[in-house]
Amino acid sequence: MKHVEQVQSSNYLLAKFQNLVDWAVNSSRANSLWPMPFGTACCAIEFMATAASRFDFARFGMERQAFSPRQADVLICAGRVPFKLAPVIRRIYDQMPQPKWVISMGACASTGGIFDNYSMVQGIDTVVPVDVYVPGCPPRPEGLLYGILLLHKKIKGESLFDAVRRRDEQPLDDKGLRLPPDTIDEISEPFGNSVHQFRSS
Amino acid sequence: MTGLPPIPGALRTAVARDGEPVVYVAREQLLAAMRWLKETPGQDFNYLVDITAVEYRDRELPLEVVYFLRSLERRADIRIKIELPPTEDMVVDSVYSLWHGADWLEREVFDMFGITFRGHPDLRRILMWETYAEGNPLRKSFPLRGRFSRAEQVRQALNANPEAHYSMEELSIAEAGNDLPEDMRDRLRRGERGVIPEPPNI
Repeated sequence: MKHVEQVQSSNYLLAKFQNLVDWAVNSSRANSLWPMPFGTACCAIEFMATAASRFDFARFGMERQAFSPRQADVLICAGRVPFKLAPVIRRIYDQMPQPKWVISMGACASTGGIFDNYSMVQGIDTVVPVDVYVPGCPPRPEGLLYGILLLHKKIKGESLFDAVRRRDEQPLDDKGLRLPPDTIDEISEPFGNSVHQFRSS
Repeated sequence: MTGLPPIPGALRTAVARDGEPVVYVAREQLLAAMRWLKETPGQDFNYLVDITAVEYRDRELPLEVVYFLRSLERRADIRIKIELPPTEDMVVDSVYSLWHGADWLEREVFDMFGITFRGHPDLRRILMWETYAEGNPLRKSFPLRGRFSRAEQVRQALNANPEAHYSMEELSIAEAGNDLPEDMRDRLRRGERGVIPEPPNI
C-alpha cells in the first residue's frame, strides 16, 4: 500500500479513492488467480509438480485450476505450440473473460526453443499477448513460482482507471495476426546454435 | 539366402544392419507380393508394422517406400522396399485392401513425402493441416523452416479452421450415438448410477 499515506494518528488512513479501489481490486485479483493450464509437452510435467504438494502454488491463491477457459484468469502455456495448435490457443485466449493474463512457460513456448523448423510457432507472443516469460528447458517449479510472483507484481501495478492497460487485444485485421508481419518475422528470426541456417538453405 | 525369394516381383535382396531381410519389389507387383506374403502358408506375414519412405541425400538415388511386415505366429520380420526413380511420377498401389491399418500410415507418407497411393479410400494430409501449401516437409528439397515467412505461416495457421476440414466420416461420428442399440443408449443416458437426472424445477 505505497499510495496510502499514514498520518500521525494510526486510527485513520488518508488515500486517494482510486488508489484504494485499485489496491483492493488488484490484491483480490492477484491473490486468487485461476490458471488455465495449456500443457503440450514436458513443461507441463513441471507445471504439475508446481501444482502438487511439495511446491503447491495453491499457497499463492491458485487453488482452483480451471480446465475451461471461460472460468480462468491466467493462461499458462507450458510446452511447444505447433502451428496446428495456433488457432486453438488463440481461441482459448479469446474465450477467457477479462481481465486475463498469459504466462509463457519454458523456452519452446517463449521462443520456439530448439524447434526452429517449419511446424512450430516461434514464440506464442506471435499469437497471443504474453505477460510473463519463464525461461528454462523446462523451468524448475521454483522458476514457475517466480514467474507467478512476477505476475502478481504486475497485476498489483495495474489500475482500473487506466483504460489503456486492460484493453481487449484485437487482431490487426481479418488476417488474424495481432502483430505486424515484419515484427513477427523479426522476433522469430533464427538464433542460438542455428544462426548458420537460412530460410533458403 | 541364395537367389531370389519366391516373392512375386522380387528384384533383389539385401540384409539390414540388424539382420532383417530386405526385399526390393517391382512397383507393379507390390500388391501381388504383399498378398503372397500375407496369405501363403509358411509366410504368414499378417501384421503390417509400419510404412515409411526414405529419400537419400544423393538426388540420383530413387526414393524408397518401406513396408515393415511381421508374422505374429512365426515371430519373423521382413522389409519390403519399392523404389521410385526421381524422374517418374510417385504413385504406389495402396495396401489398404490387405491391411486396413495402412490407412493412416499411407496418409502420413503422402503428407510428408508427396507419394500418392493408388486405391487409398481417403488420401488426405494427416499431420499438416489440409490447406497446408508449402509442400512435403520430409523431402530433401524442403527447407527446414518451410517456404513461407514466419508471419505468413502464422497467418495461414490462424486462418485454418480445424473443424472445417473434418471428413464426412469424422463428422458423422457425432451422430453415431443414434445408431447404438436401445439398451446401450439407455445406459449411456442413465450414467453409471443408473439414475436419470431430473430437470431442475424452476
